[in-house]
Amino acid sequence: MSDPVFGRLDWRVTPFDDFWRNPTANEAVASGAALVVILGAVAVAWFLTSRRLWRPLWRDWLTSADHKKIGIMYVVLAGVMFLRAVAEGFVMRTHQVTALDGGFLSPDHFAQLFSTHGTIMIFFVATPLITGLINFVVPLQIGARDMAFPVMNQVSLGLTAAGAGLVMISLVVGQFGTGGWTMYPPYTGATFSPGPGVDYWIWAIGISGIGSTLSGINFAVTIYKMRAPGVRFLRMPMFTWTALTTAIMMVYAFPPLTVSNAMLALDRYLDFHFFTNDLGGNMMHYANIFWMFGHPEVYIVVLPAYGVFSEISSTFAAKRLYGYNSLVIATLAIAVISFCVWLHHFFTMGQGASVNAAFGIATMIIAVPTGVKVYDWLATLYEGRIRMSVPIIYLTGFFILFVFGGLTGVILANPTLDYQVHNSQFLVAHFHNVLIPGTLFGVFAGIHYWFPKAFGFRLDERLARRAAYLWFAGFCLAFLPLYWLGLMGMPRRAASYENAAFESVMWLTFAGAVIVLAALGTMIWTFVASARNRAALACPIGDPWDGRSLEWATAAPAPEWNFAATPEVEALDPFTIEKAEGEPYQPAECYEDIEVPRNTAMGVVIGGLTGVMGFALVWWMWWLAALALAGVVAAIVARAFVTDTHQRIGADELRQAHRDFLDRVAATEPVNRDLEMTSRNRGRADPEAPA
Amino acid sequence: MSENVHPGINLGASHGEAHHGSERTAFGFWIFLMSDLVIFGILFATYVVMRPNLAGGPGPSELYDLKSIAKQTGLLLASSFTFGLVSLSMKYGSRTGAVAFWLVITAALGTGFLYLEIKDFARMAGDGGIPQRSGFLSSLWALVGLHGLHLVAGLAWIGVMLALITARGLSDAVKSRLLLLGLYWHFLDLIWIGIFSVVFLGGMA
Amino acid sequence: MKREARSELRRYVTGAALSAAFTVLAFWAVMGSSLPRMTALWVVGLSAIAQIAVQLRFFLHIGWRQKREDLQLILFSLLLLGLMIGGTIWIMSSLASRM
Repeated sequence: MSDPVFGRLDWRVTPFDDFWRNPTANEAVASGAALVVILGAVAVAWFLTSRRLWRPLWRDWLTSADHKKIGIMYVVLAGVMFLRAVAEGFVMRTHQVTALDGGFLSPDHFAQLFSTHGTIMIFFVATPLITGLINFVVPLQIGARDMAFPVMNQVSLGLTAAGAGLVMISLVVGQFGTGGWTMYPPYTGATFSPGPGVDYWIWAIGISGIGSTLSGINFAVTIYKMRAPGVRFLRMPMFTWTALTTAIMMVYAFPPLTVSNAMLALDRYLDFHFFTNDLGGNMMHYANIFWMFGHPEVYIVVLPAYGVFSEISSTFAAKRLYGYNSLVIATLAIAVISFCVWLHHFFTMGQGASVNAAFGIATMIIAVPTGVKVYDWLATLYEGRIRMSVPIIYLTGFFILFVFGGLTGVILANPTLDYQVHNSQFLVAHFHNVLIPGTLFGVFAGIHYWFPKAFGFRLDERLARRAAYLWFAGFCLAFLPLYWLGLMGMPRRAASYENAAFESVMWLTFAGAVIVLAALGTMIWTFVASARNRAALACPIGDPWDGRSLEWATAAPAPEWNFAATPEVEALDPFTIEKAEGEPYQPAECYEDIEVPRNTAMGVVIGGLTGVMGFALVWWMWWLAALALAGVVAAIVARAFVTDTHQRIGADELRQAHRDFLDRVAATEPVNRDLEMTSRNRGRADPEAPA
Repeated sequence: MSENVHPGINLGASHGEAHHGSERTAFGFWIFLMSDLVIFGILFATYVVMRPNLAGGPGPSELYDLKSIAKQTGLLLASSFTFGLVSLSMKYGSRTGAVAFWLVITAALGTGFLYLEIKDFARMAGDGGIPQRSGFLSSLWALVGLHGLHLVAGLAWIGVMLALITARGLSDAVKSRLLLLGLYWHFLDLIWIGIFSVVFLGGMA
Repeated sequence: MKREARSELRRYVTGAALSAAFTVLAFWAVMGSSLPRMTALWVVGLSAIAQIAVQLRFFLHIGWRQKREDLQLILFSLLLLGLMIGGTIWIMSSLASRM
């Protein structure tokens, strides 16, 4: 029986309580992590209070419907979660070097660590990073003023943050599930995992999944309906193409996750029998539905990274993107094929050989369009005048490592080989080897590339390079040895092992983990040092890299309205053409009044209430859950009655602002590529080559 | 002929701004519906997979009442038609009274459907057909129940729209939302075609 | 204006009548006829598809002559739906046959 008010929540659910009763190293780690969460929250609150930042935070950020700010908030959210998930990875590695016949963590705690690590990295790091980049970049690239549905955009962020919040709270109140990031039943059913851990996962993923679906709809409509005149489909920058593809995939891939999630919830809460052992449940069906989402998700997070690589290879080689059409076709092909391969995540489940063969072949086929892309980027760089800037360093790392990871993917795509290495460290090595050099390096490159556009100053090149090299080295050392471990037979998710031969390799990967920590530290330091030195790094004109697409034609940071007048586009790389023809930065012929959405608290309200609802459901506080849900409905209905949703910005104000900007441009000395990294680069490029 | 700016019901040239203003929202709503369609599609697939898993519990022949299903089908089809009349009276004439009248009729038909459906579920539960009994029943309740929940949401939406019409009259925003509601309502009818064909008729054939 | 309204009303009436006809056909095949099981299932399946097409055409005004992106959206959805449902049934029945 659970309490009518507090459900199954009581004072004994925190890790501190366990530490008090049983002070072991294991409990110390758990309590330490919980303490970090609490102290972190307190420190942020103290910082905001002492600097009097609550009001600006609320007014300029949390209630803003500006796509640029929402995009930045997504990236910040992902960054915070990234810190936690990397720390967890480090703790796991530390445990594993001591895990010969034991280790200092309990198996249960270790299982929680790999479950949260995976959950966070996929749902609260990779996905929001990608969503953030798309949010920030796409409207600028297509010459739009904002997303198609700015308020819904805010709500998406709110839902994602609510999910992330639930995962964070699980560190302090109760425990997280131990079923891995996929939470396969029947182990995660009510019979074997009665505690609140799996429920934390269910509601965190369920809530943020709905946010991602809404994001997908928003991006798709924006790209379909809001392009500036002349931006035809085959004139869209490659990043926008990948964003469109990812958006469509989000729309179709997240529903399966919602369904498998809801069914697992029904099993756990209402005693349904979808995935139970008894009474006609079929737990294999969970794997089937989950991976209908899970596989496309891989491409959801990697395609926009491909888009970033397309943009930077072309910009930093100062050449038109090679094989634009083939890249578009390859992107779309990957998207469609990625919906035909989900079975390769459970080759060993027990279906017939012909089923396995069909999905294995489909999986191998994906390597073809991906290969096309790699060759296109190489050809773009070929004979270009390349600047080895930070994004290109990440691209180089990607070339080397991702091709390697992709090849091991083709190995795993063969069912007979998969039978040998599935569920081993080989697999762990493989997916880290595609997701880190693919998604993470891509996003890092994108962040360095667009950072000046977002904040008006460049990142410190020397520090950023060091971080990039450290990432490369750390990754190689931390993950490549796992291939070897896997072939030696070490299973994944193993809390301890008996084969002494594993230990020395584990020490190698531990060294890699230390370097990854150093890379992360250097990266954070890059942001801090650059922010301190922002006067010298400033590039207010907004074109520090001699960019090619529309987003570089506006100031940095971009004004609220993005473009004073709607740009007109006649070809791919419009800004490069303008610069080559010698007529960039022209005043518009006419300026029109525009409407921008007013600030609203919808995102905060809905995100907050759904977060409360999730927490209440985890702890069986039914009244609170019902109340929060009623609040969500009431907020949506009330919103329908609000008419005053937009504010008008007059044409005169726009004309004046644009004129001021053009004056500043005229007063700024253009810099050529060789001086790009010096403090003389104020964001006005001196193009040297014809388009 | 009136030009169409988006798939589905359109307002036509005589509504100018509302017509074009609805383009983006209607397209977005279509995408949402397609996403919802995937949810239903997987539930259909689950039903087909779970169909043999009776676990000794009651099966279709003991639980389904095709006469009641036929009545429900008739009511829902009629409500889809009357929503067509909502769209028509909004497009030609824009008389608030007519729009509200047909909305109320639609809601009444939908409520009738829901009444019969709930009665069916109650009877099934009385015959031991509760979702906790077997995998088959879990999948049945989830699929048909989700459609029912969608209908409840649709009825609530009609209620909100009636309130909005009373408060605002047929403003552009209201018209644009009625278009979405229309898409939603017809979509529910489409799903129901799948349900009575696959679940009920397929189960009894 | 009036003529247009009447022709649109006619469309809705046609759609409703056709839908009703297909519904009756499907229910008759199962309840009223003595068709063999497979035939009855085919009748139900085909009339469901026909009815969905009718409603898309007459209630939701989806047509071949409209802007292409709308039809593309629906066709793409059907493609993915086919992959997911067809794949699920194939996988799970293969699994069931080997259990």
